[in-house]
Amino acid sequence: MNHKVLLTAKEVNIILHRLACQLIENHKDFSKTVLIGIQPRGIFLADRLIKILEEEYKIPNIQKGNLDITFYRDDFRRGEKILEANKTDIDFVVEDKNVVFIDDVLYTGRSIRAALTAIQSFGRPTNIELLTLIDRRFSRHLPIQPNYRGRQVDAINNEKVKVSWLENEGEDAVYVINT
Amino acid sequence: MGELSVSHLLGIKYLQKSDIDLIFETADHFKEVINRPIKKVPSLRDITIANLFFENSTRTRLSFELAEKRLSADVVNFSAASSSVKKGETLVDTVNNILSMKVDMVVMRHPNPGAGVFLSKHVNASIINAGDGAHEHPTQALLDSYSIRERLGDVAGKKVVIVGDILHSRVALSNIFALNKLGAKVKVCGPLTLIPKHIESLGVTVEPNLEKALNWCDVANMLRVQNERMEVSYFPSTREYRQQFGVNKQLLNSLDKEIVIMHPGPINRGVEITSDVADSKQAIILDQVENGVAIRMAVIYLLASKIKQ
Repeated sequence: MNHKVLLTAKEVNIILHRLACQLIENHKDFSKTVLIGIQPRGIFLADRLIKILEEEYKIPNIQKGNLDITFYRDDFRRGEKILEANKTDIDFVVEDKNVVFIDDVLYTGRSIRAALTAIQSFGRPTNIELLTLIDRRFSRHLPIQPNYRGRQVDAINNEKVKVSWLENEGEDAVYVINT
Repeated sequence: MGELSVSHLLGIKYLQKSDIDLIFETADHFKEVINRPIKKVPSLRDITIANLFFENSTRTRLSFELAEKRLSADVVNFSAASSSVKKGETLVDTVNNILSMKVDMVVMRHPNPGAGVFLSKHVNASIINAGDGAHEHPTQALLDSYSIRERLGDVAGKKVVIVGDILHSRVALSNIFALNKLGAKVKVCGPLTLIPKHIESLGVTVEPNLEKALNWCDVANMLRVQNERMEVSYFPSTREYRQQFGVNKQLLNSLDKEIVIMHPGPINRGVEITSDVADSKQAIILDQVENGVAIRMAVIYLLASKIKQ
């Protein structure tokens, strides 16, 4: 296996601050906005952005939830792999809210398609945006594009993009792994 | 998370502890789903399930049907009273006819013990046993243990007494298997005429005195006296049964701890438990019913994921 560093901790930090600022530009005080981390890996990015927004830009009381999409996926019974569910944690309704989906890597777009269906169980949002740290170009199966992107990469299909987080893997970094 | 070791749910006897843990973990997720404003997920939209009830049921049938619909499966219902079974059709023929209409999964309640096992050997569909005579009622035992886990944090090490008609009860047998696999200690209590001989071989002890049993336990699972399954008298009168084996508030208050009261329903109020006990905070009877839907969703989901396309 061949590792290539795509983003270092310093670069990740700069990008997170830029993404936080872009969110502020569009959502101001976040009173009508909810940030939804997509399970399992989007929740780390969501938590980190909220930390920056609250601590460095002094925006209090940002509403945040975690959304699991397992039961909404379109590949149930289609693969060898058993789908593994995670916890959904949304204790509010998203009716008339601006929802921002947050995920680490946007690849085929199928997870986001599932998330668009799943979020409807919690009400009818005013609009839904997508924020992603890594946008893998030219690999989409569906017409889905991010509103906020950290870095766009051209990775071929047998390459895997892996985002590491300090709180989980012990370092902030993004790798391209050749399998 | 992995997958179940079985492709049918015929009884708790055939499950491993890891299967039960997986069902509970999955049910946690579905419990969250059924408390959402919109209580439905699209996972099973290409699965068709037939509910075959050869014996009466309200709660179990409704619970299964809700679980199936919450998973977006297509559901067909069948009850023996209004069917060709009355015209002499055999079980395998009935089910094969239904399967020809492209059904993937069968939920069956049947008065004969072993009907589910028999069917699983003769038809090509996933079978869920919703009660077969006095043999097993696996989803009830799963939801009972799940409710204990929810209330007390864990099942392992807890002391559970099953009170009442053990002889005719599939709920008792499935519960004994489930509780043993999960590491609980189990006693049975009831009139000796309603306790099967050699029940100790299942790893339980018999305690004929209700007060002693309640003083020992953390959880009391009160069973219904199944008059419809009794051809002879097993105890002198309902009044005497109530005096010996009925739980009332006074008896509960005399214990030095607060125990959890469970009942699989339907309750004979005033016989096995009085109304003030059934409606008290110690009783988790309605939690059991709610958990029943989540447990059945988990079982159906996990079995469906093993059906090949």
